[in-house]
This record gives sequence, C-alpha cells and structure tokens, in this order.
Amino acid sequence: MTFFGLLLATWHLAVSWSGVPPYLLPGPLRVATAIGANFGKLVDAVLLTATGALAGFLLSCVVGIATGLLFSQSRVIERSLYPYAIFLQTVPIVAIAPLIILWIGYGLQGVVAVAFIISLFPMVANTTTGTTSLRPDLVDLFRLNNASRWQMLVRLRLPHAVPNILTGARVSSGLSVIGAIVGEFFAGYGTEDFGLGYLIIQANGQAKTDLLFAAILFSTLLGLAIFTVVGVLNTILLRRWGDSPR
Amino acid sequence: MGPITRAADVTGVGTLPHVSLQALGHRFPDGTEAIAEVDLTIERGEFVAILGPSGCGKSTLLRLIAGLLVASSGSVAVDGLAADLAHRRRDELAYVFQDPTLLPWRSVHDNVALPLQLRDRPAGEIGDEVDRALQLVGLGEFALHYPAQLSGGMRMRVSLARALVTRPGLLLMDEPFGALDEITRQHLNQELMDLWARDRWTGLFVTHNVYEAVFLSSRLLVMTARPGRLLTELPVPFSYPRGPSIRATAEFARIAAAATGALAALET
Repeated sequence: MTFFGLLLATWHLAVSWSGVPPYLLPGPLRVATAIGANFGKLVDAVLLTATGALAGFLLSCVVGIATGLLFSQSRVIERSLYPYAIFLQTVPIVAIAPLIILWIGYGLQGVVAVAFIISLFPMVANTTTGTTSLRPDLVDLFRLNNASRWQMLVRLRLPHAVPNILTGARVSSGLSVIGAIVGEFFAGYGTEDFGLGYLIIQANGQAKTDLLFAAILFSTLLGLAIFTVVGVLNTILLRRWGDSPR
Repeated sequence: MGPITRAADVTGVGTLPHVSLQALGHRFPDGTEAIAEVDLTIERGEFVAILGPSGCGKSTLLRLIAGLLVASSGSVAVDGLAADLAHRRRDELAYVFQDPTLLPWRSVHDNVALPLQLRDRPAGEIGDEVDRALQLVGLGEFALHYPAQLSGGMRMRVSLARALVTRPGLLLMDEPFGALDEITRQHLNQELMDLWARDRWTGLFVTHNVYEAVFLSSRLLVMTARPGRLLTELPVPFSYPRGPSIRATAEFARIAAAATGALAALET
C-alpha cells in the first residue's frame, strides 16, 4: 500500500509540475473525479464485460480440458490437431476479432466467442501436458492392476492434470478479460448497454482521457479479481497435494 | 553360464514351481541387452533376493516376470502359465516399486484401496481389506492422512500395504527401501520379514544392499552387470522367523562377505 501511495504522489506531482495537458496524461485527482462522475456506468460496464469474459473462460475450460483428455488417448490425434491449437495462440486477436464478430454475431455472443478463442490455447496446452507427463511407475501401477483405458483416464490422468489445469486457468482467465474487451471494441450491444471495451473506445474518441484511465483501471481490477478467484481455487484443490500455496 | 539349480530342487509330480525362467533374455528396442540367458526357478513360499550392481538388469527381470515387458528371448512362466496370460489373474501378483508411487491426490486409505477399486470390488469389502492391510503395516491411524504429510518410510509402508491388500501369492519388490536411511531400512526389513512370516507369499526382492539381501532371503542370487546373468547362488540357512540378532552372527558375516566378494569379482 505504501508503494501505491508513493506511486500516486509521484504521478500527481509529475503532472502538476510538467504542465502536461490533461488529454494526454490526467493527474490522479482528475481520474478520481471521472470515476466518481461515471461510477454507475463503470460498474455496469464491468459487470457486462465480466459476464462475457467468464462465459468465454468457462467455455475454454470445458473445451480445453476435454481436448487435453482426448490428446492423452492417442499420439496420432494429438499430433494432427495440436497445430490448430497453436494457431489460436499465435493469431493476433485484434486482427481476427472483427471476423469472429461478423461470423458469430454482435452482442454478448460475439464477445463470448472472442474471449473463448483467445483463452482456449493455454487450457489445451496445460491439460495436455498434465495428462501425458506421467511417471512411468504410475502407469505401470495401473497396468499391473489391469486398469482399463477409462479407469486410467478418470483415476490417473485427470487428477494428475489438475495442477496443470489450474496453471492454465490462471493464464486463460486473464486472457478472457482481454478477449472480452477486444471483442467489445467491435461488437456493439445496442444503445443501452456498454461494456468496458466500448467505454474505452468511446472515451478515447472523445479525448476524455481521465475516463479512459478509469475504464482501464476497472479492467485491470476485473482481471485481478478473476485471477484471485483462480488462485483461491488453486489453494483449495491442491492443499492436500502438499504444494506450497502459490 | 549354466542354469542355476538347487541341490534339493526335486519337485514332485504336479507341483509346478511358482516362477520359472528359462533362458530368459531381453534386448531393448534400442539394442541394449539388459539380461542374457537367465535360468531361475522359485518355489511357492520362498523368499529370494537378487543382488547386483546398479544397471545390471534386476528391474528388467522383475518387470518381465510381472508381465510389464515381453521378453525378447526365452520364457517366463508363473504357475506354469506364460507371464502375460498368468497375469490376467493379477490377484496373484503384486509389485512394490523403488518409489512409493502413491497418488498425491488420494488419502492413505484411498491409495491402498486403489487395486481393489480397479477390480470393481464392493465398497464394504474394500473398506475391510484396506483396514486389514493398514493394520498389517502399523498405519491404521493414518488412514485419512495424505502422502505429503508422511515420511519416506511411512510412504513406503503405504506402498507395501497397497501391494498386500489384494492378498497376492507373489510379491515382486524392486529395491523398495533404497531411498531410505539405514535405520528405517532395517526396521522395514524386520517388518517385511514379519509380514512374510504371516502369509508366506512368494517373495522376489531386488537390492544392491548385501546385508539386506542376506537378512531377508533364504536364497541369494548374485547378478552380473549388464547384460545381467545370475552368477552365483548363496543359500542363507537361518531359520524363520528371523530377528535382528542374526545380523551379529559369524554365519551372517560369512555369507555377507561371500556375497560382497562375488559382487567385487564382477568389477574386475
């Protein structure tokens, strides 16, 4: 907290002394005022963006984990499908977001789609690592007991992959927020609802840089909130494994 | 090297040895010859130790008997059946790894229950058998603990309980106490002896610790470095049940010296 206070003070002083115009770099007081004046709008926007991000994130969890489980069953399947997953990782989301919106549609569904696409790869990659990186002794243990494929999947590979899945979730959850905001750049909700992405575009267009800062701050807080929830989940699920809390 | 035969190895008609290896050899796909021409017969209820340097193929031998590997030459039979067929009836066989190989997400109780769950036994039966197995290794009070909370010795005892929970006729042990300190190791040696004395399963114990091999076994086989062959056989004539006092006897020292000598001869 002390560090944050220092940061605020430095920012304030820097702006006051340098005479930088507020549309370039507003001081903390201006930003605070903007937050106060637009609080309702900001909160509504956060909730809307959060909805899109969460939906996209949960979808990428389901699809990602299922894919990771599938990849553990056959090296052939893994090798043939993995390149498509990598494509998701490398394609610049800002470039394809308009395309996705065009195909899936405006509004929440488009936003969810973009959030999903951007957050899918870490779930696939991490789950796959978790289900395929087993110590040979563990596999032998199950083979010695004549375990079926299904038994090995459900009782060994899946639980073994949980730490990896949680690592992937930490990354994916943050990405889903980015994806939702980027999606909102291109997808309107109509005239009534505004997500953070729309608010950012609007504030930028009207040179209301203090509002822009406010929107960015709220975006960061949203990302932080999701990240914290995943962290708590991590601690709860892995408590008995003996890992140190991360 | 000729086959190792015991002087008293006259089996009656219809009495199959429990484990029978004939001219067993194994070469890995990359060309390494792990073992070569191993002949071995183990009767029911024997406790046999295989002593050898690291990397001599002892683990490979155990894995062949367990049916985890298919031999590239020769044959492995358990109760007269080829190793892979015999192990369809895998209630007969249990394996203890060098590492406790416990599932960290499961409690001690659930770890021991695993083999029975994989065989779809009913829950009530599983509960009883797990309790019995945990009592055998003295961990009855730790049923709800998790592996992360246990010491290395305790984890190995859980691993033993898991191996014994299916009441196997044959127990294959691959240097199970190798990672433990000497004091814990000797305690567990004694515990293992007591367990064996109760149920008299057939035991095949692989180790590179001479004193452990002499203490535990009725018959000690020395294996050469890769490609492994069974070089020497040393009978260990102490009667069972055995206690720690035998470690102090002259006979113990003599056998240990002979075994050490055989191992040292491999170095030259």
